Amino acid sequence: MSTNKSTSLFEKTLLKQAFKQSFIKLNPRTMLKNPVMFTVYIGTFIMAAVCMWIAMGEASQGSLAYNLTVFIILFFTLLFANFAEAIAEARGKAQADSLRKTREDTPAKKLADGIGSKEITLVSSSQLLKGDIFLCEAGDTIPMDGEIIQGIATIDESAITGESAPVIRESGGDKSSVTGGTKVLSDRIKVRVTTEPGESFLDKMIALVEGASRQKTPNEIALTILLASFTLIFLIVCVTLKPFADYANTPITIAAFVSLYVCLIPTTIGGLLSAIGIAGMDRALRANVITKSGKAVETAGDLDTLLLDKTGTITIGNRKATHFYPANGVDAGTFTEACALSSLADETPEGKSIIELANINVNGFDTNSATFIEFTAETRSSGIDLPGGVKIRKGAFDAIKNMVTKAGNPFPEETAECVRNISSNGGTPLVVSRNNIALGVIELQDIIKPGIQERFARLRKMGVKTVMVTGDNPLTAKFIAEKAGVDDFIAEAKPEDKMNYIKKEQQGGKLVAMMGDGTNDAPALAQADVGVAMNSGTAAAKEAGNMVDLDNDPTKLIEIVEIGKQLLMTRGTLTTFSIANDVAKYFAIVPALFITSIPALQALNIMRLHSPESAILSAVIFNAIIIPLLIPLALKGVAYKPIGASALLRRNLLLYGVGGIIVPFIGIKLIDMLVALFI
Amino acid sequence: MNTELTGIILTFVLTVLLAFPLGKYMAKMFAGERTITDFMNPVERFIYRIAGIDANKPMNWKQFLMAMLSINCLWIFYAFFLFLNQSHLPLNPDGNPDMSPDLSFNTAISFVVNCNLQHYSGESGVTYFTQLFVITFLQFVSAATGIACAVALFNGLKHKTTENLGNFWSIFTRAITRVLLPISIVIAIVLAFNGTPASFDGKDTITTLQGDTVNVSRGPAAGMIAIKHLGTNGGGWFGTNSAHPFENPGYFTGMLELAAQMLIPIALLFALGFYIKRKKFAWMIFGIMTIGILILAVPTINWEMSGSPALHKMGILQSNGAMEGKEVRFGAAFSGFWSIMTTVISTGSVNAMHDSTMPMSGAMQMLAMLINAFYGGCGVGLLNYYIYIIIAVFIGGLMVGRTPEFFGHKVEAREVKIAALVTLLSAFIIKGGTALAAYYFTSHGHADWAVKPEAWLNNPGSHGFSEMFYEFTSANANNGSGFEGLGDNNIFWNLTTGLAMIFGRFLPIIGPVAIAGLLAKKKYVPETAGTLKTDSLTFGVLTFAIIIIITALSYFPPLVLGPIAEWLG
Amino acid sequence: MKKYILPSLKLTLVFIIICSVLYPLLIAATAKLSPGGGKGETVSVNGKVVGYKNIGQKFTDDKYFQGRPSAVDYNAAGSAGSNKAPSNPDYLKQVEERIDSFLVHNPTVKRNEIPADLVTASGSGLDPDITPQAAYVQVARIAKARNIPEEKIRALVDTSVKRPVLGMEKVNVLAINIQLDQLK
Repeated sequence: MSTNKSTSLFEKTLLKQAFKQSFIKLNPRTMLKNPVMFTVYIGTFIMAAVCMWIAMGEASQGSLAYNLTVFIILFFTLLFANFAEAIAEARGKAQADSLRKTREDTPAKKLADGIGSKEITLVSSSQLLKGDIFLCEAGDTIPMDGEIIQGIATIDESAITGESAPVIRESGGDKSSVTGGTKVLSDRIKVRVTTEPGESFLDKMIALVEGASRQKTPNEIALTILLASFTLIFLIVCVTLKPFADYANTPITIAAFVSLYVCLIPTTIGGLLSAIGIAGMDRALRANVITKSGKAVETAGDLDTLLLDKTGTITIGNRKATHFYPANGVDAGTFTEACALSSLADETPEGKSIIELANINVNGFDTNSATFIEFTAETRSSGIDLPGGVKIRKGAFDAIKNMVTKAGNPFPEETAECVRNISSNGGTPLVVSRNNIALGVIELQDIIKPGIQERFARLRKMGVKTVMVTGDNPLTAKFIAEKAGVDDFIAEAKPEDKMNYIKKEQQGGKLVAMMGDGTNDAPALAQADVGVAMNSGTAAAKEAGNMVDLDNDPTKLIEIVEIGKQLLMTRGTLTTFSIANDVAKYFAIVPALFITSIPALQALNIMRLHSPESAILSAVIFNAIIIPLLIPLALKGVAYKPIGASALLRRNLLLYGVGGIIVPFIGIKLIDMLVALFI
Repeated sequence: MNTELTGIILTFVLTVLLAFPLGKYMAKMFAGERTITDFMNPVERFIYRIAGIDANKPMNWKQFLMAMLSINCLWIFYAFFLFLNQSHLPLNPDGNPDMSPDLSFNTAISFVVNCNLQHYSGESGVTYFTQLFVITFLQFVSAATGIACAVALFNGLKHKTTENLGNFWSIFTRAITRVLLPISIVIAIVLAFNGTPASFDGKDTITTLQGDTVNVSRGPAAGMIAIKHLGTNGGGWFGTNSAHPFENPGYFTGMLELAAQMLIPIALLFALGFYIKRKKFAWMIFGIMTIGILILAVPTINWEMSGSPALHKMGILQSNGAMEGKEVRFGAAFSGFWSIMTTVISTGSVNAMHDSTMPMSGAMQMLAMLINAFYGGCGVGLLNYYIYIIIAVFIGGLMVGRTPEFFGHKVEAREVKIAALVTLLSAFIIKGGTALAAYYFTSHGHADWAVKPEAWLNNPGSHGFSEMFYEFTSANANNGSGFEGLGDNNIFWNLTTGLAMIFGRFLPIIGPVAIAGLLAKKKYVPETAGTLKTDSLTFGVLTFAIIIIITALSYFPPLVLGPIAEWLG
Repeated sequence: MKKYILPSLKLTLVFIIICSVLYPLLIAATAKLSPGGGKGETVSVNGKVVGYKNIGQKFTDDKYFQGRPSAVDYNAAGSAGSNKAPSNPDYLKQVEERIDSFLVHNPTVKRNEIPADLVTASGSGLDPDITPQAAYVQVARIAKARNIPEEKIRALVDTSVKRPVLGMEKVNVLAINIQLDQLK
C-alpha cells in the first residue's frame, strides 16, 4: 500500500472542502433526497419564522434567546448531517483523485493511421479517443487505459497498486490490459485505447462518489422506507400532542413541539445514511477495488459462494519440488545429481525448484557441450544429453515408462508405487531416467499459502462457501482442496465449468462471486452476482465484472465480502442506536412539557434535569452533536467479527441497542449541567 | 390469597396442556392429513356443493384476500341491515327497539371484525334474533376468518417457493366445522349446567325477598358465551359481559371462559410449529409471548391485590384487594389476571370493570392492546407478531451484515414498506382518534350529539383522558373491552371507532398475508452460518425488544398523560 | 368479483343455519336437563319464587345482610358497574359517605373492620355474594335488629361461607337472608 491511501479520517483540506459542501447541500432540492433530514429542514424554517414572530412582539412562545438557540441547534443538526455526507464524498473523491492524478495530461505517441503506421504524432492524453492506437516505449508513462495489441513490456504499476515489483503485460492472452498512469520499464508496446475520455472505471467511480450518479441501493431504499415510517409515527406523536395538551390545559410552545419532533425522528441514522454508503465504496477503493455501483458492495456482504482460482489464491504461484525418491539400487547422490542435470535448462518455476532442492553447485558440471532437450507436447519430457553420451530425461510417469519399456528395460515396481503415492497425496510425480533406465521420482507439491486455512475457516463462519477452481486432475484437486480447507472444487476446469457452477449455485438461491481476468471469463463474470475483474485482465473481463481489483490479488474477494458486511452492519447498528436514543429523549422532554400543569410528572424527570428549557435544549443539542461524533464510525464501519450470526447480533444489540439507551441519558445529563450554567 | 394465585396458575397450565394437542391436531387437520374429525368430511363436501366451491383450488395471496374480503364485506351489510330493523324481526320477547344507523354501523363492523366493541347494552340494545343470527353467527365466522388467514401465513412459511396460500373457503369452513363448533358445544353445555341461561324465555319479573319488584334478563346465552370466548370475540350477551352472574356464574366458569379464550391463540402457535416443521421456532415465539404476558400480568395482579391507595387512606379493610367494579366470586387477583389476558388476546370480554382498575393496571391493559401480539386474537395475533418479526428480521439482518432474510426469503423494500405501513396505521388510528376526541371534548363540548362531548367522560382529569385513549386502542386492536364509563353511544364514537375497527382489522390482515405471499413467491435462499437464525433465543429477544421499543416510543405521551399521570398524581 | 360474491353468499347462508339455528337449539335442548332448565336457577320460599340464585338482590333493611353497592340498584333488567376511577374525587366522596352511613347503622364496628366490598360497587351491579368479612361485620347489627343472640347469627354465617378448593370464599346474600328469616 502506498502512503496516499492511509489518509487520516479528517485531513485539513478534506475538512475544508466538506465544510463548504455542507452549506451547498442546504439547497432544498438536495435536501429532498433525504426525507428524514428534510423534515428537520422544515422544522428549522418554522423555528426561524417563530423567532421573527417573537421579534415582532409575540409573547406566548418564550424568550427570543431560547427560540433562537433552538433554531441555531437545528441549523447545526442539518449542517452536521450534510457534513457527514460531504466528508464521505470528499474522502472518496480524494482517494479516486489521487489515482487519477497519475494520468493527468501526459504526452501520447499516437499512431495516426492505425497499427502499421510509421507516423507518430505527439498528442495530449486527453485527446485520445476510444479506438486510437498509441505507442509506448521504455520510460514512457502510459497515457490512457487500453489493451496491448502488439508487443510485450515490463510495466511498473506501483502508481496504482503500490506494489513495486514490475509486471509483464503482453498482447493476446489475459494480461493484455494496461492502465493509464503506469510506466513502461522495458520494451515497446502498441496499445489501443479502450475507453472514451472521462469514462474510465475511475471516472465512473468518482461520479458515483460525488453523488451525480449515486443511486440508492435496494437495501438503502428499504431502510429509508422504515426510517420514513418511524418519522411519520413521530410526526403523529407530535401533532396529536397538541389536543392532548389542550385537554390537560397545558400550553406547549412551537419550539417544544419542533424540538420533540426533531429529537424523536431518527436523525442520527438519517444524517449518516448516505455517508455510510459512500464510505463503503470508499473502503473498497482503499482496498484497491473499484466498484461500479454501491449495490455491488452491498451484494458482496451477502455472498454465499466464492469461486477462487487455485493458483495464486490458494497456492503460492507454482508447484515446487519437495522430495527425491531414488529407485532401489540407485545411489541418492547420483539421483540428486541426475535430477539437477535434467533441470539445468528448465526455466519453469518447477525446474528451478528442483535445482534449489538438489542444492548442488551446478556450475561444477561441464555443460557447454551438452545438448538440452526442450519439453514438447509429443514427448512430454525434457532433459539433457551430456557429451559422454549420457541421456538424462525427466517427464510424466507414462511418458518415461513408455520410453524405458520400449528400450527393453524393466520399470522398477517401487518407483511405480511411489508415483501412485505421490499422485494420491496431491503431488505431481516426475520420473527421471538415465539412458532409458528409470532412476527415481521427483515429487512436486503445491505449496498452500500460509494462513489460507484460517481465512477459509473465517469465511465458513461467515457462512460463505469457498470453491477452488483448478486445471488439476480431480485427485490432486481433491487433495489440495482438503488441505487448504475449501468446501468444494472444480477440477480440470474449463471456463464453461465456472459458468455452469455459478448458474447451479444461483438456482439454489445463492449469491456467487468470482474473480477472473481472461476474455473467456467474461460471461462467468457477468453471470456472477459479484464479478471481480483483475485490472491486468482483458477489457472484456473488466467490462463484464462489477468490480475491478487494481492489485490483481485473488484473495481480495475475502476482503470484499467483509467490506460488504461492514456496510450493512453499520447501517443496522446505527439505526438501532438512533431509535434506542429516543427512550432517554422522551424522559428528557415529556416531563419538561407537562411539569407545570401536572407536577406529579416530576417523578419521570429521572435525569433530574435543571429546568424544562434546559431539558429541551439538552436533548436537541445531544441530538445534533451525536451526528458528528458518529461520523468516524460511519466512515470506518462497524468492525465485522466472524463469530456466527447469533453471537454477532448479541454483541451488536448489547453495544448499540443497550448502549443506545444508556449513552443519551448520560450525554443529556452532562449537557444539561452545562446548559444550566447559562440559563 | 394463595388459592387465588393457584387458580390463575392452574388455569394457565391447563390451557397450555390442552392447547398443545389441539395445535398438533389443527396442524394435521389443516394440512389435510387424517384426523379424528374426518367424520365431518361428508358434511363439508355437502357445504361445498351447496356453496358451489372447489375446495381444492389453490389461491395466491391476492385471490385468498379477495375471497376473505368479499365474504366479510357481505357480512357487514347483512349485520347492519338486521340491527337496523331488529324490532320488526321475531325472537324479541323484551320488545327491544331498532338500533340507530350510527350504532348499527358501529355494531355491525364491531362483530364482523372480531372486535365486539359494544356501544349498546345486551339486555336492551339487541333482540334474541340479532344476538343469534348476527352476533353469534359473526362470532363464529370472524374467528374462522382469523384462523384461515393464519393458516395462509403457515402455507407461505411452509414451502420453499409457492404461490399457493391455500383455499380460503375450505380452510374457513373446516375452522368452524372441526374446531370452533365442536369445542363451543362442549363449553356451552358446561356453562348451561353451571347456571348460564340457554332457553328462549324473555325477561322475568320477580318480587324479591325484601319485597321489591325487579326484572331479570335472560335468553339463549350459553351458546353465544362459549363462542365469544373460544373465538376471542368478547362481546357479551349481557351488558356487563362476563362480570354478569348469569354470563359467568362462578369461579369455575371463570376459569373455563378464561381458558377458552386463550386456547386457540396458543394452539395456533403450536400448530405453526407442527405445520411448518419448525417446532423450536414455535416454542421460541410461545416463550417470548409468555414472558411478555407475565411482565404485564404479574404487576397488574399485584396492584389489584394491594387495593386502592385512596381507600387505604380512608382506613377501611382492603385485605381482598381493590373491589370497585369487581365481583366477589372472582376476587382481585383473578380479575387482574383476566384483565390482562382479555386484552393481550383481543377478546375484550371482562369479568371486572377495567375503568375502575388501578391506574397502572389500566396502563398494562392498554399496553397489552397496543402490542396486540402476545398470543393475540384468533389467528390475527400471529399475523401481528409476524409484522414485528419482519421488522426484527430487517434490523437484525442488517446488524449481522446480511441482506435480511426470513426462512430463506429475502426481505426487501416492498415487504418492509407493508410492515411499516401496518405499524404506522395503528399509531395513526389510535393517536389520531384520541386527538380528535380530545379536541371535541375541549373545543366543542356542547356539540349536539346524543351524548354531548362535555358529558362523555365518567371521570375527570387523566383518567378521563385514559377513557378516550382506551376506547381507540381497543377499537384498533379489535379488542372490544372498554373503560365503559365513556359515553360512547353517539355519532362521534360510533363513526370514529367503527372506522378504526375496520381499518384496524383488515389492514393488519392484508399486510401480513401479502408479505407472506410475496416472500413465498421468492427464490429460496438456503441458510448458512451467516444467516440470522430466527428460531434462536437472540432473535426472540430482538423481536421482543422491537415490540417494546416500537410500542413504547409510539405511545409514550398518551400513556404518560393518562394512566401514568393518574398513578403519580 | 362475482367469482367471490356468489360462494360468499351461499356459504353465509349455510353457516347461518348451522351457527344461528342448529347450534343454539342444540344447546337449549341440552340445557333443559340442567338444574334451572336453562332459564336460570330460581330460589323459592314457601313455593313462591323470591329470586334467582345467581342474581343479587337489594337489601336495605338493618335486619338483613346487605350486599354490595350497585350501579343499577339490583334491577337485573340491565347490568352495570360504576366505572368510577380510583382517582375520581366524587367517587372517593361517595365511598366516604358509604363508610359513614355504614358506621351509623353499625355503631359497634370500627372503621378498619369495614371490608372494601361493602363500600365499593360490584362489576355487574348484580353481585350475589359478599366476602365472609362483610358478613361477619354485619352480625352485631342484625342481632340487634332481630333480637337474636349474636352467636346464633355468627354460627349461621359460619355455615353459609362457601370455601371452594379454588376461588374465593364468599357468602350468598339471598341464601343467608332466607335462612335468617327462618331463624327463631
